[in-house]
Amino acid sequence: MSEQSAPRLLLQAEGLKLHFGGIIAADGINLSLYDGEHLAIIGPNGAGKTTFLNICTGYLRPQGGYVRFENREITAHPPRDITRLGIARAFQIPQLFAEQTVLENMLLAASVRERHWNPLRNLHAIPERREMEELLELVGCSDVRDRVASELPEGKRKLADIAIALALKPRVLLMDEPTSGVASADKFDVMETLMNALRKAKVSSVFVEHDMEMVSRYATRVAVWAQGKIQTTGKPDVVLNDPEVIRNVIGG
Amino acid sequence: MTLNFAVLALLDGIAYASLLFLVAVGLTLIFGVLGILNIAHGSLYAIGAYVAATLGQWLVANGYNPWLTFPALFAGATIVGIVLGGLLERLLLQRIYAKDEILQLLVTFAVFMILENLQRMIWGVQPYFMSTPLNLLGNVSFFGINYTAYQVLFLPAAAIVVLFALRHFLRHTSMGAQILAVTEDREAATSIGINATRVYFMTFVIGACFAALGGALATPTTSLVTGMGANMIVLSFAVAATAGLGQIEGAAISALMIGIARAFAVYLSPELEVIMPYLIMVLVLLIKPNGLFGKVTARKI
Amino acid sequence: MSKEFLTAIPDGAAGTTADGSLPVRQERRGNVLMNKEFLAFIAVAALLAAVPFTFGSSITFIAMCLAKGLAVLGILILLRAGQVSFGHAMYFAIGAYAAAFLSSAFRGIDMMVLVAAAILASGVAGAIVGVFVTRYRGIFFGMINLAFSMVFYSILEKAFHITGGSDGMRIRRPTLLGMELRRAEFDVAIYYVILVFALLSVWLVWRYLRSPMGEALRAVKSNETRLEYVGLSAKSVLLGGYIASAVLCGLGGVFMGMVQGLATPEHAFWTRSSELVFIAVLGGPAHVAGAFGGTVLFEAVRTYAAALLDDSWQLILGVTLILIILWAPGGMVELFRRFTGRNRVKTVTSGEAGR
Repeated sequence: MSEQSAPRLLLQAEGLKLHFGGIIAADGINLSLYDGEHLAIIGPNGAGKTTFLNICTGYLRPQGGYVRFENREITAHPPRDITRLGIARAFQIPQLFAEQTVLENMLLAASVRERHWNPLRNLHAIPERREMEELLELVGCSDVRDRVASELPEGKRKLADIAIALALKPRVLLMDEPTSGVASADKFDVMETLMNALRKAKVSSVFVEHDMEMVSRYATRVAVWAQGKIQTTGKPDVVLNDPEVIRNVIGG
Repeated sequence: MTLNFAVLALLDGIAYASLLFLVAVGLTLIFGVLGILNIAHGSLYAIGAYVAATLGQWLVANGYNPWLTFPALFAGATIVGIVLGGLLERLLLQRIYAKDEILQLLVTFAVFMILENLQRMIWGVQPYFMSTPLNLLGNVSFFGINYTAYQVLFLPAAAIVVLFALRHFLRHTSMGAQILAVTEDREAATSIGINATRVYFMTFVIGACFAALGGALATPTTSLVTGMGANMIVLSFAVAATAGLGQIEGAAISALMIGIARAFAVYLSPELEVIMPYLIMVLVLLIKPNGLFGKVTARKI
Repeated sequence: MSKEFLTAIPDGAAGTTADGSLPVRQERRGNVLMNKEFLAFIAVAALLAAVPFTFGSSITFIAMCLAKGLAVLGILILLRAGQVSFGHAMYFAIGAYAAAFLSSAFRGIDMMVLVAAAILASGVAGAIVGVFVTRYRGIFFGMINLAFSMVFYSILEKAFHITGGSDGMRIRRPTLLGMELRRAEFDVAIYYVILVFALLSVWLVWRYLRSPMGEALRAVKSNETRLEYVGLSAKSVLLGGYIASAVLCGLGGVFMGMVQGLATPEHAFWTRSSELVFIAVLGGPAHVAGAFGGTVLFEAVRTYAAALLDDSWQLILGVTLILIILWAPGGMVELFRRFTGRNRVKTVTSGEAGR
């Protein structure tokens, strides 16, 4: 466990291919995520960014290629199995348990993580309750803790969605435009807190992002998507100054 | 099993499949457009049968030309479809389009309970017969066995005419095009100015007419009893689900599969008769959860 | 914590406010309610336990209500997951027939054996059918259950050399813990047995619905995608609920069968299934009390108005069902809450959320 050894390979996608009818969503995607990385995915709409997250988490089955997590093949495994291995996901459109309170959403996630299946124990009585309250505090959702999820404003929904993913104590967190929907004044604060939390908990992440300022501040590496392919990857300061990337993604 | 038996079972199955198709195509058409599974569809079938039988009996009893019982079958079905179907859509279904699927299902189930009761109040529990059209068409002979022409020729012909008329209506008329557009994509259709209210109404009435027609055409071949509506709704659901809900041509194919399989079961092991349609449905759904021709739609996340 | 607790109480009528003002400590409010509810539960239990001494003539009626209420409780579990089964009378009949077969095969068999057999039979049947039907939701779930029950009904009716056909099978009076009972004694004894099972079931279901597994049932209704993405299979959550609901229906069936001394195919008929769904919606799915409250109201109306309404019973049920869905989607439970000024609860039948 020496600090000097090369970072460990966590998530590895190789040769992913997926076409929907005439649309090319993934056309030979190769990408590796190493421990401690925060990888930003950028690219125009329809480039296949969300599709990549969907394939990695087993929601879509690729027509070719494979996904590995900690050297274990997980291609097209059910999302629940992949989640249990340690890949959590936050969504572009927040996915919450609409009928329950935000805290109950969290407690449910914690119950699954800890396998609390005693049918006589109240959901609110699980020992992880304190931990979940702290997590909500961390993402700034304490004020809506006891609100029913369907009644939340969009920004809070987004944060609650991320909090649920964090509640699972993942090794890798995949986020689809984590701060879209969050009021622009709060965006950076939210991302700052979130990234600090991820670093503290030693969670690596992949996030799809449109805001280049966000990318340059928080990503350790950037991958540029174009038409189902990875156009280029590299350090943010290099990639974001690449004239071709500027023309295709940033300027366009 | 001899060839004769096989032919007999096959022809029987086709006749039965024709009736099944008529009812199921109405059910599946309504589902495709309105997104509602109308459980009261079974009652429309039963009431169509009773009205056609009553009309036919009245014609015969009053000394009219017995051939008039043929148009009476269609007239009875149309009346039931338009009056009952129209009233249902206007008075009730319009109030529940925005509600969730389970509530819609419960409401049509409630309507089914009401109609089953009304039907028993009006026609009682004694079986009804009206076999005049069957007798008029006489018999035809295949491989030395006599069959009733009504079942072997008339019913399949009626089903084929309905199938092609429906295809023509959907592909080559403005109303049909609108119905198809709403089936494909409700939001897009309404955003380009299609009047969904009218499309829903027309679709429901057309679907109701098919259910009633199935009942009316079944009248000469069977005795009408209480409970026929309940049986038909699950059967036609089995047909529609096997094909994939909303699939019109598919419903014809699965009706044939189920009709023929059931007929063979009748000849080979009668105790399987009731189970056969569901057995086929369960087997198909195990392999293809969206039915034989249904499309898989992944939710966008 | 205690401060929040105190501030929440004067705000008793609250719940969440639409304008998003003060957050309300719901689960602590829940604890207060829980105590009140627990007291109410004890009070009702005591009243019911006193019935044989006070209104002895009505014990059979109440016993049948409790038996049916058990089955409705099963339907309620499925409603939590947003699912409606139009075929659960099948499990009711399985419970009754399990008792009928055993009591005709073994003379002097004990009531507890019959009850255990009914639980086992309905549980196994529920697990087998459940593995298939829990692949589906909504329309398919409701209709495939109906299809199964209709097949089962026609088997019961047609296999008369085994099942006695449409006349059904007698269920001989069983012993109770080895004691032979005379008719009047049996009526009282079975009343108490049913009461104990009903109270126990209410308590268990109440706890189950608030446990992680039970809360996950609501998540099946609201967001299966997220459920998968926290690592849980929606299908197995629903399967758990489905088996529980089948067992409750089986229990209801064996008790009804023993009270009436008879198991008939009628028990499995679709009209029975629809009655169970009807009562669950009438009572309101938000609370276990709705299942039994609804059953008592339903049976009382039917019993006392039978002479007047016999021919139009289904008609009245259908009209009432539509009225409830359109104007009182929370059923009796919600009417009660509105009446007592408690907040409106989101229920399975409140369709405002749209699709």
